[in-house]
Amino acid sequence: MPVGRPRSAFLARLVGAFGALALVAALAPARAEVAVPPVARVTDLTGTLTATQRAALNDKLAAFEARKGSQIVVLMVPTTQPEDIAQFGIRVGDTWKIGRKSVDGKSVDDGLILIVAKDDHRMRIEVGTGLEGAVTDLAANRILDEYLRPSFRAGDFYGGIDHAVDRLIGLVDGEPLPPPRQAPQRSGRGVPGFQGVLMLLFAIAFVGGPILRSLFGRPVGAAATGGVAGFLAFLLLGTVGLAAAAGVLAFIIALIGGLGGGGWTTGRGGFGGGGFGGGSFGGGGGFSGGGGGFSGGGASGSW
Amino acid sequence: MRSILRASWWVAVLLGGALVSGCGYNDIQTLDEQTKSGWSEVLNQYQRRADLIPNLVNTVKGYAQQEQAVLIGVTEARAKATSIKVDANDADSLKKFQQAQGELSGALSRLLVVTENYPQLKSDQNFRDLQAQLEGTENRITVARKRYIDAVQNYNVTVRQFPVNLTAMMFGYKVKPNFTVENEAQISKPPTVDFGAAPAKPTG
Repeated sequence: MPVGRPRSAFLARLVGAFGALALVAALAPARAEVAVPPVARVTDLTGTLTATQRAALNDKLAAFEARKGSQIVVLMVPTTQPEDIAQFGIRVGDTWKIGRKSVDGKSVDDGLILIVAKDDHRMRIEVGTGLEGAVTDLAANRILDEYLRPSFRAGDFYGGIDHAVDRLIGLVDGEPLPPPRQAPQRSGRGVPGFQGVLMLLFAIAFVGGPILRSLFGRPVGAAATGGVAGFLAFLLLGTVGLAAAAGVLAFIIALIGGLGGGGWTTGRGGFGGGGFGGGSFGGGGGFSGGGGGFSGGGASGSW
Repeated sequence: MRSILRASWWVAVLLGGALVSGCGYNDIQTLDEQTKSGWSEVLNQYQRRADLIPNLVNTVKGYAQQEQAVLIGVTEARAKATSIKVDANDADSLKKFQQAQGELSGALSRLLVVTENYPQLKSDQNFRDLQAQLEGTENRITVARKRYIDAVQNYNVTVRQFPVNLTAMMFGYKVKPNFTVENEAQISKPPTVDFGAAPAKPTG
């Protein structure tokens, strides 16, 4: 990133001077960092694994995620040059955000990435911050030593990865983690609940607001509206922060509502509209990281 | 009439609130807090490294007693690095801290190079474990430092930009010093390749 213009120009001249190094010249544009591929459970950019093997790994990892909630993914790239595999690994972790960010307000960060840079003969287990206790640097290093290195040396990439994944699953299984979230529960509770609260909020602010205002006067009536809305929101959502926000919003609406005369009532239909539809949590097929964080834990090795 | 006056007073309060949040004060708070947590992580990881060193030194001592100079070098560099009280907002203090940690890194890498000469030590499981832990810690330090550098950069850019700079000036938020490249002189020098000397291969 910090390669300035003059330096790249210098590089270009250097390369030009060594005409014999045509190969280097061809590789020069590729000096940029390796792009992080789109997120998936099993990514093989080297064409090493067969479709059946990829599917088997994918099924195993998906079943594990459904059972334990933790996410493990496998990434095979030809090379991570010019970066070290550790730098590349943290970049992948930051981009993919494998693992759950938090469950019930507690951060979990239970993601794991097994990275193999085939042509570099480098491998790495990138451990999410929440799993650093279960998969310590030592444990990760042992897996590299005992499972991956011998298999990779023998050319058996699938066998090594499969064994390593089994071992990783075993380690993570020993860690008490919050249970996986049930898919129907999420769709049943999350979005409609919030939407309902929002509708209720506007109903209170626009219908109850004027009534309370005419009873108590503007500021007190508005404050009462806000209080009622906030309390109801708290009952429904169970979150103080969101409830407070709802209360303040209702307060403002009740306070300024009616100031401009009847014009406000016509604007009512404008609220409540879409915005919360977001279908990004598709239940089937699609895979995405849960927002888990990485801080460089794990181990790297070569074979 | 009175109620309208009172209403406009409320509106003024709300507007005032909006102005405060618009002048970047809250942004400064957020970014400042991010640099603080980033800094704690940096210290945390350096401490983790410092904690590993006594064990490492003892293990190496068991096999390579004669490497006194290197071992003492590591111990002293560690003592120096851990004795520094660092204030991340003070450029001088940060520089000293960075220098001391850099010296410790140098001493450690000399130690690891020396261990290459002791096959028995290299095959010692305890030593290999320590090496793996040290490697992981060094990697975490790199990550924590990078994140801190980014956080400080974010903060500094915000604090220096108009109109937030006015707010920052008013409340006394100054630009923070940042980590610098440790071996600037080394990087700007072209590398020398010497095929004569025996290769000092880093561990793999």
